[in-house]
Amino acid sequence: MDYTPHTEADLEEMLERVGAKDLRDLYRDLPQGIVDPPLKLEPAKTEAEMMRHLRTLAAKNASANAGFLGGGIRSHYVPAAVPALAARAEFLSAYTPYQPEASQGLLQAIFEYQTMISELTGLPVANASMYDGSSALAEGVLLALRESGKMRVAILKSVHPEYRRVVKTYLDAIGAELVTLESTADLIPAETGAVVAQNPDFLGSVHNFAAFAETAHATGALFVAVVDPVSLAVLKPPGEYGADVAVGEGQSLGNAMAFGGPHFGFMAVRADLVRQLPGRLVSETTDLDGKRGYILTLQAREQYIRRSKAKSNITTNAQLTALMGAVYLAGLGPKGLKEVATRSVAMAHALADKLTRIPGIELVTPEPFFNEFAVRLPKGVLEVRSALARKGIAAVTPVLAEYGENLALFACTEQHTEADLDNLAEALREVLR
Amino acid sequence: MIAEKKETLIESPLIFEKSVPGRRGITPPKAPEVDLAALLGSDNLRAEPPKLPEVDELTLVRHYTNLSRRQMGVDTNFYPLGSCTMKYNPKMHEAAVGLFADLHPYQAPETVQGALQLMYELQQDLSEITGMAATTLQPAAGAHGELTGILIIRAYHASRGEHEQRRVVLVPDSAHGSNPATASMAGYTVKEIASGPDGEVDLQALKAELGPHVAAIMLTNPNTLGLFERRILEIAEAAHAVGAQLYYDGANLNAVMGMARPGDMGFDVVHLNLHKTFTVPHGGGGPGSGPVGVKAHLAPFLPAPQVVKNGETYALDYDLPHSIGQVKSFYGNFGALVRSYAYIKMLGAEGIKKSAALSVLNANYLKELLKGEGFRIPYDRTCMHEFVAQPPEGIRTLDVAKGLLEMGYHPPTVYFPLIVKEALMVEPTETESKETLEAFARVMGEVIRKDKEWLEGAPYTTPVRRLDEVQANRRPKLRWGE
Repeated sequence: MDYTPHTEADLEEMLERVGAKDLRDLYRDLPQGIVDPPLKLEPAKTEAEMMRHLRTLAAKNASANAGFLGGGIRSHYVPAAVPALAARAEFLSAYTPYQPEASQGLLQAIFEYQTMISELTGLPVANASMYDGSSALAEGVLLALRESGKMRVAILKSVHPEYRRVVKTYLDAIGAELVTLESTADLIPAETGAVVAQNPDFLGSVHNFAAFAETAHATGALFVAVVDPVSLAVLKPPGEYGADVAVGEGQSLGNAMAFGGPHFGFMAVRADLVRQLPGRLVSETTDLDGKRGYILTLQAREQYIRRSKAKSNITTNAQLTALMGAVYLAGLGPKGLKEVATRSVAMAHALADKLTRIPGIELVTPEPFFNEFAVRLPKGVLEVRSALARKGIAAVTPVLAEYGENLALFACTEQHTEADLDNLAEALREVLR
Repeated sequence: MIAEKKETLIESPLIFEKSVPGRRGITPPKAPEVDLAALLGSDNLRAEPPKLPEVDELTLVRHYTNLSRRQMGVDTNFYPLGSCTMKYNPKMHEAAVGLFADLHPYQAPETVQGALQLMYELQQDLSEITGMAATTLQPAAGAHGELTGILIIRAYHASRGEHEQRRVVLVPDSAHGSNPATASMAGYTVKEIASGPDGEVDLQALKAELGPHVAAIMLTNPNTLGLFERRILEIAEAAHAVGAQLYYDGANLNAVMGMARPGDMGFDVVHLNLHKTFTVPHGGGGPGSGPVGVKAHLAPFLPAPQVVKNGETYALDYDLPHSIGQVKSFYGNFGALVRSYAYIKMLGAEGIKKSAALSVLNANYLKELLKGEGFRIPYDRTCMHEFVAQPPEGIRTLDVAKGLLEMGYHPPTVYFPLIVKEALMVEPTETESKETLEAFARVMGEVIRKDKEWLEGAPYTTPVRRLDEVQANRRPKLRWGE
């Protein structure tokens, strides 16, 4: 089936008006040898048939809801109001708000979102969203290089390895160098324009990066922090420990895990960096009658105005998923978000206690850690992950060997109960026996 | 001169302005009493909580519901925005996405076989529709796909020891701004090629710029005037003769979806916008998805991981030694992939071809109607899925757009492409009925016959009227409460 409304009578009348014999004739200007090729696709399905097929596919997956997987995506609860409001047809089916008179709903929602990200990060300016955490970091690093005029980036090894890979792809593109630092004690090389740290880091540790940020500044680099938005309910905002740019992944804010996307990335900066920002920005202003309204602003930074001189090629961002983040933050408020963070921390620490009592399991993440930690397992990590999956438990995030042999991450959220922790510990004990 | 500060009228309070200290909305499970300073280090804790809104759930729901009522979408109004393909987004897709919501990207592969099968089949189907050998689903949007595609071309030239010599990307002057911006992000020098008098790439001008220093030509076909580049086979031949690669910007694929494949036109790389051609809702500007298809000689450079099928099992293959690397964490915007998968499987080959052809029919029909209403058509021949019009001499396109808003229509894309003065780029899509097109054309006619004063003051009854853009640029106010 398709979604076109044309009747036979419509077709006849319209074809005549445009002077075409039939639909094929509309392509008469094309090199005829390439028109209307045979396509090897399956026969068309009706909606009911398609839904049934999708259910069959979905049945071949196991839900990871309320599981213990982490590494950048976690199973927080998504309150029903969040997708219900974001799925309002007007939001869902709108384009980028280029016509502000017809787009005040989205523009105001983005302005509110920018405010919330600014509050969480302790930095005055946030843009309207980026694709995800990893590409937000890549763009944050490029921003720092533009600002500093340098072509070298120093990144801590404790930054998510997939994020480091994405940054490397973006830096290779412009011929800039990426240097990996084992720890904050390593020397930052000369001519570094951006120093990158993650807090809590990939293995879950919480850091005070104030001194490291100062060192970065002393070498003439900008300090770029990768942060987790839920943690900022209780942790010091990056703006307070010297971050010039803060970026992160917004999935934990009301977005389903969805096999890794779509979610949204966020980016916030110091006030004087606003004209270096990639992507869309919304400003308050007034209309002809003096009424308050919102509009896309500082568009001279963007590709459709500046073309090859633009700050980035980004066009489509992640507006709807960022809106879900905003609804989540507004729905929970400062107290709700703090409860989510605190319960996640409490559960993670309780779980670490239980797991390290199992013979052969050793805690690897240095204290203090937040809602996630790494342990060394006495058996192959992939094998343990599969064995737990057979018991219906989604856990054991594999950690690359560059961090150590046989490491796995365990993440907790506010969804977990003491019984869930005991259940996991018991299953793991059996698997390792 | 300092203007007297007028009081600002507030019709739609911010969620922050509805906040009441102590009020609670969504309530998560209670946190146990723990000493956060002991667990996390007192140095690491924030002194003040973030100033997030404090509202009850009904206030939250009313706030966002009422905001949505201050917003136009395809579901509420005709939205003929050129080069954006604002077609209907089937409701069943939203239900379908829910079936895959609880999957984690680091789950054991044997527990996500259904998701991987879906991705594998979509890779195959998109390759088939574009005439390419292989497709990556990783890029998150069109521009992200462009970057991926250009980096693949770069890696290909580097593998042949030609990276140092090929430093130029050719882009027609009618191209989307993201093309030159992408080439710059990939470290290339951009050279613009002027369009010929027929609105197509000037083949002689192009040949004059081609040489062993050129890495790629980025083309949109049909181009942004809605015209098919009739000399495309010659362009491809000329590009390949000097070792350059031909890049297809898929923004306008809807016109030829299934009817003419970029691979058959001679393109080496194509990016798709699943949020345009393949019905992923635009969501107010994203999230989208920008898969990239390549010919066989470029397949080794695709981003990792790729979804592969070994016997009856699906797996993620990271073992791609020549890959450009990763452009996004995990595997792409999976939710978007579910929607496009459903779309392609439900349409089948016939439905895909028919949808493309009807998008072309609708555009040509609307072009004739607008001509009848007094609009000028600078390149008047059979167009593809969109066309460019101009209002009669003396009427500004901006005023036409604002007049349309007053009449309940979202305007076409305005002032683009840059090579046409006062351009109105109109793309109706195939999901609009004949009656909708006729009603829109009548309103377009009415708007240009309004008196000048009315036009310059429009719109009048929208949530706000024309906004002060200069003020926003000079003194941007980018958050509440500062």
